[in-house]
Amino acid sequence: MTLLEPAPGPAALPGFEGAVPIVRQPRRAFVEQIMGLPVSAHIRGPQARGPEVAEAAAEMFASLRAVEAMFSTWKPGSQVSRVRRGELCLADASAQVRLVADLCVDAGRRTRGAFSAWLPGLDGAPAFDPTGLVKGWAVQRAFETLRARLAASGPHDVLVSAGGDVVAGCSRVDTPDWRIGIEDPRDRIRTILTVPLRSGAVATSGTAARGEHIVDPATGAASGDLLSATLIGPELIWADVYATAAFVLGDRAPGWLCGLEDHAAVLVDRDGGVTVHRSSP
Amino acid sequence: MRRIVVGFMSTVSALVLLFSYHTSLGASTSTANGDTDAGTDATAGSGTDESTSGGTASGSRGDPGSTSSGSSPSSGASTSGTFTGEAADTRWGPVQVRVTVAGGRITKSEAVVYPDGNPRDQQINAYAVPALNEAAVEAQSSQIDALSGATVTSDGYIQSLQSAIDQANL
Repeated sequence: MTLLEPAPGPAALPGFEGAVPIVRQPRRAFVEQIMGLPVSAHIRGPQARGPEVAEAAAEMFASLRAVEAMFSTWKPGSQVSRVRRGELCLADASAQVRLVADLCVDAGRRTRGAFSAWLPGLDGAPAFDPTGLVKGWAVQRAFETLRARLAASGPHDVLVSAGGDVVAGCSRVDTPDWRIGIEDPRDRIRTILTVPLRSGAVATSGTAARGEHIVDPATGAASGDLLSATLIGPELIWADVYATAAFVLGDRAPGWLCGLEDHAAVLVDRDGGVTVHRSSP
Repeated sequence: MRRIVVGFMSTVSALVLLFSYHTSLGASTSTANGDTDAGTDATAGSGTDESTSGGTASGSRGDPGSTSSGSSPSSGASTSGTFTGEAADTRWGPVQVRVTVAGGRITKSEAVVYPDGNPRDQQINAYAVPALNEAAVEAQSSQIDALSGATVTSDGYIQSLQSAIDQANL
């Protein structure tokens, strides 16, 4: 007989062996086309198919439409269009437009100039074009608002996908991780990697869907080193900006990425080679 | 077992919805009741009903539960066999999809009725049908919730893997 009997471990508890069992929660998706992109919201949780959730999703889409009306570069009446034509001074624009302009400056600094919202317009002169940041900023904000709203209906998991960029969060503990497939840029219905995600964002920049629409602000030319760059990080706004920057940097991306905190990257080079990068601990 | 059946019947709905997706943007849509195999029931039908609701995205404000809450065949639901969804009228004409299931997994899906009336239809079928078939199989086999890739535009959405996932959860 020993004095110190081993205490009964958690395994002694019936039906509970160290992990919360996965429960199949109700789930519902909502899809709308905004900013020329399919935006989908997926919600998991007890009220996922209830009216409150549908209402919250509708509000999220409405808020994104409001952002589109303010920031569109192709709607002539938007504030950003007026700034671009010189009719409105940036300093006199709405607080949201000024906030985004500040974030664009920050993005340029964080990416060593690989991201810029002042790109050559039709006449060659730099014009304010925050499009590359607005989507990530707006979707991140809409996602956070939606999550906060859903909290009133109990814990729900939320995933928002906007044209290939994804932000997700889980308030539940009994659900599986969201699984985010990273598209193969050479065959868009195949995936090269799947990222399990409970909280955070995955954003990809590449040429596959829209042609070569990303240009290096320094040279004005499209970079050709990579087929796609995917960034995984805590917030969509920065994952998206960094993905654009990595794509622009091309062969120089790995050197820049290793100094980036709290992010991981998946790069597909021009020959289809896949490499994973993350900052050194 | 029921989950599996509902799962792949949702995919049938998804495929039918994929075809009917664009119709909600333009021409009016109606659901045609096609002949169905024994294994098919309300799931695929309600999925196609969804596409008649209009709006910018088919079914985005639709009736809750319409796609995934359909009842499964009540007796002897098998995880293997072929299942045919109801026909859906799309902008391009009626579309009916049949899936082949082995061991609870979709191994093949094909449009058994599809528009074939003019060169444009044939062109659509030539790329859309194989792409949708592969999308359905890929989405199911990898259990993906969302896709990250170079920006998908609204025009490209109908053929995207993300749309297959979205439609299966509407």
